[in-house]
Amino acid sequence: MLEASNLECVRGEKSLFRGLSFRLEPGACLMVQGANGSGKTSLLRMLCGLSPPAAGEIRWNGKPIRKLAEDYRGELLYCGHAGAVKDELTALENARIAATLAGAPVEEEAARAALRQLGLKGREELPARVLSAGQKRRVALTRLLLEKRRLWVLDEPLTALDRAAVANLCGVIDAHLAGGGMAVLTSHQDLPLAGRVEHLRLD
Amino acid sequence: MGETSLVAVLGAVIRRDLLLALRRKSDVLTTLFFFVIVVSLFPLGIGPEMAMLRKIAPGVLWVAALLATMLSLPRLFAADHADGTLEQMALSAMPLGVLVAGKIVAHWLLSGLPLALLAPVLGLQFDLPADALGVMMLALLVGTPVLSLIGAVGAGLTLGVRGGGVLVSLLVLPLYVPVLIFGAGAVEAHIGGLGATAHLSLLAAFLALAAFFGPWATTVALRIALE
Repeated sequence: MLEASNLECVRGEKSLFRGLSFRLEPGACLMVQGANGSGKTSLLRMLCGLSPPAAGEIRWNGKPIRKLAEDYRGELLYCGHAGAVKDELTALENARIAATLAGAPVEEEAARAALRQLGLKGREELPARVLSAGQKRRVALTRLLLEKRRLWVLDEPLTALDRAAVANLCGVIDAHLAGGGMAVLTSHQDLPLAGRVEHLRLD
Repeated sequence: MGETSLVAVLGAVIRRDLLLALRRKSDVLTTLFFFVIVVSLFPLGIGPEMAMLRKIAPGVLWVAALLATMLSLPRLFAADHADGTLEQMALSAMPLGVLVAGKIVAHWLLSGLPLALLAPVLGLQFDLPADALGVMMLALLVGTPVLSLIGAVGAGLTLGVRGGGVLVSLLVLPLYVPVLIFGAGAVEAHIGGLGATAHLSLLAAFLALAAFFGPWATTVALRIALE
């Protein structure tokens, strides 16, 4: 269970949000909404432990994430604006290397299956340089299938994805939630998710 | 997750960085060509005065190695920072220190090691005797990993800072001075008949210290840069 209490985010002189609290139970999804610059990405980075909140605390199963460090990171999957996809590597190499760096190496067959599931069949051996923006995003999203993590933090996962891929991704997220997983995501589009979705507006 | 040992991840990071370098050869080659050209300019500029060339050879080779290493430092983390890989490394279930150590080893394999292997060939231009060339190479093999380790801390601290390339030189070059003194000193002592053991031992001590603190300090610097 992920809990946040009284979070405050300060950028420069300006306080983006303060007194933000929420609690996310297994099987639930938190949709963070707000205008550009309202602090959505900042909140997500805080939840990952990349940047410390100006005030307040984030707890995972009752313990502060600062103290948990690698134990928390082993439960977490973050997919940011930058997809961490290397232009020089092929789609397959990207998928496998990303999993290895995260500490969850996978067999080649598993990586191929994940790429196929996200509609990249036949593109496995192409360097990411020649893939379109949407295809690169799909390569980045294979991590969702390959790394077994309880908490997904996804920043604008739908960017550049076509309709079929959006529906596909919704299915993947639903399966994750149905299996007791949790997800925090931002999106300007509506995600037709079947599971329990809570909304959080930043203004 | 249990079966993934730290050594396996370290190896995976090194392989990844070597593979990336293989697909983008120009980065590595510019460093090497810079080293070759800078070293070769001295004999051309000074002319065939053998005694003078023999005297300056260790210093010139070491200064060129320092500058060539400097040249490659900004690239150490910049690409991974730009495409988000560094964030993923910081969020890995594996300790960031191990991933960073892998990147530093790969950096040395791509910069320090080729420099050390090239040095004896370039030393011929300075009329260095064969045994002095051997000592030169040995000193570079022990000394250049220290350059990569210290340089990584500087590259981490200046990550994302505008004009980081210049800043990293100002930050790191003064810290390279002890390596320069004892590295060049080893060859001079050998030529002077004193033996290079003392200098090489000191270089090895620097290496032990840098290997212990370098990855840790780099990790701290990177976490600050990512905030």
